[in-house]
Amino acid sequence: MGAYLVRRFGLMLLTLFGISVLIFVLLRLTPGNIADILFDAGGYVDPADKKKIEHDLGLDKSIPVQYADWIGGLLHGDLGYSYQTEKPALDEILPRIPITARLAGIALTFSVLIGVPLGVISAVKQNTMLDYFLRVVSLSGLSMPAFWLGLLILMGFVAYFGTIPIYSDQPVGFWNTLLMYSVPAAAVGFRSSALMMRLTRSSMLEVLRQDYIRTARSKGAPEVAINYYHALKNALLPVITVIGIEAAFLLGGLIVTETVFNIPGVARFLVEAIRWRDYPMVQNLVMFIAIVVVTINFAIDMLYAAVDPRIKYGN
Amino acid sequence: MSTLDFNAELSAAGANVHSRWGAVRFFIRRYPLGAIGAVIMAIFVLAAVFAPFITVYDPLTTNAAVSLAKPSATHWLGCDFMGRDVYSRIIYGARISLAVSMGSMLLGSSIGVTLGLLSGYLLGWFDLITQRFLEMMQSLPLLVMAIIMAAALGPSLHNTILAIAIPLVPYVARVIRANTLSLREQPFVEAAKAIGMSERRIALRHVLPNTLAPLIVLATAQLGSTILTESSLSFLGLGVPEPHPSWGRMLSESAAEYVRTAPWLVIFPGLAISFVVFGTNLLGDALRDLLDPRQRS
Repeated sequence: MGAYLVRRFGLMLLTLFGISVLIFVLLRLTPGNIADILFDAGGYVDPADKKKIEHDLGLDKSIPVQYADWIGGLLHGDLGYSYQTEKPALDEILPRIPITARLAGIALTFSVLIGVPLGVISAVKQNTMLDYFLRVVSLSGLSMPAFWLGLLILMGFVAYFGTIPIYSDQPVGFWNTLLMYSVPAAAVGFRSSALMMRLTRSSMLEVLRQDYIRTARSKGAPEVAINYYHALKNALLPVITVIGIEAAFLLGGLIVTETVFNIPGVARFLVEAIRWRDYPMVQNLVMFIAIVVVTINFAIDMLYAAVDPRIKYGN
Repeated sequence: MSTLDFNAELSAAGANVHSRWGAVRFFIRRYPLGAIGAVIMAIFVLAAVFAPFITVYDPLTTNAAVSLAKPSATHWLGCDFMGRDVYSRIIYGARISLAVSMGSMLLGSSIGVTLGLLSGYLLGWFDLITQRFLEMMQSLPLLVMAIIMAAALGPSLHNTILAIAIPLVPYVARVIRANTLSLREQPFVEAAKAIGMSERRIALRHVLPNTLAPLIVLATAQLGSTILTESSLSFLGLGVPEPHPSWGRMLSESAAEYVRTAPWLVIFPGLAISFVVFGTNLLGDALRDLLDPRQRS
């Protein structure tokens, strides 16, 4: 187990190193830098001014040197400065993390609480009208773009309340806060709950055909106990994996959802930083996302071993 | 689930496969939802192909007189801010959205199959490096990867296809690799080796055709996800550039403010996206059921 952990950790670092190189090179391929964008907006370009800005930002150095500067800083906890706001990148990113984390957390909870029970029901009632109905609903959940669902929800708010829920830094009261986060979380979580439901269903169907379920049934165990205890316990393993993958995917869905609901989270910030060619921000944000994903995957692997005693690492 | 033999699968399920129509009729009866999905997709493909014949207005012509016109007898789905007919833009948008998503699906799958097959067949250092690289790509969410690729390549139709295709590669490559790994242990591959067939020939003639079934299921499912990715990219303004009428683009032009003032600009393009993706998902499900007998009831 110990050797496995070390190996696994080494691979994690290797992956993160690869990502850092990949993202760095991709950004340097990007046509135009922040100086171009600023001067595009100004209209007139004085080459000397442009050179000066590029020099100040270190964009005139060679790419390997720029990369070394960035990674060197990163290892010392210095993330550099945002080109846009000229504030330290860390100060820009840190306050935004809890916002996105709350959204993702609520969305994930929502999707598990709704998706798993409905998936079990759908599997148990396979090929009935209820099953068909639930399958069509979940399939439409997978078919709607998250940003469109968000827009539809906004439209519903306009129709019924005359206003749209607006994000604020200092929400008043617990319920207001919950509403403020739940509405966008539902918009992005609908897709995940649909996914959980489908996955639970197909995983349950496979398990329900196994011998030990027939044994449980023939010894007279009640149907509810068979479905929710004997079967679900084993059907959950693939669902756990997907919860992990989904946590990462939620970040993608949150990019558009935060844009629609105008929420100043990490995900929307990434798109803004890309538009402005704000290299330090994009690099650091992408590294942050990669670290989150890699860590979640690692945790899921460990959880696997804990949940399923048949799985042992390193032997 | 390894061999792709629709007829065998169908006759195993009780179909009369002696006539082609028998097989089609059986598919419709056995998988009504899948058949509906196929019809939805066919409708959109036909609409895209015959766009000039089923629209009256040019999707790009602006007309200030009908700016933000409500849906009416003349403009069925209303007009946008520049007075362009929304119905025409959605029909012509099908061309862009379907071309981009099918293009990226085909490109991503081809690269993925090549990598997966080579990786699973050659093993060794090639496999090791490829696996690490794919793992790296997968540690960023698909949309994040696509956004960065799109920004790095710059906005154009071709670049959008590439930006969506590349992030798909690891997902295809991993499935194909896993399938190849199990296939190369099969007796028929051993037999081919025993009669002295070359490795390349075995890979292309025996292993590749047997990965088609999972590939078809995967590709259908991915078509839905590429359509969604394209719409998200265009919604964020990083995908298909003006003046092409892409569905995602239509929503970004009309987003927040039109929620109050012109809901038709928000509803219809989103419906178009959802319907096509719904169709691909229905068909994909039916194909998976058909080709993966473990879930048959």
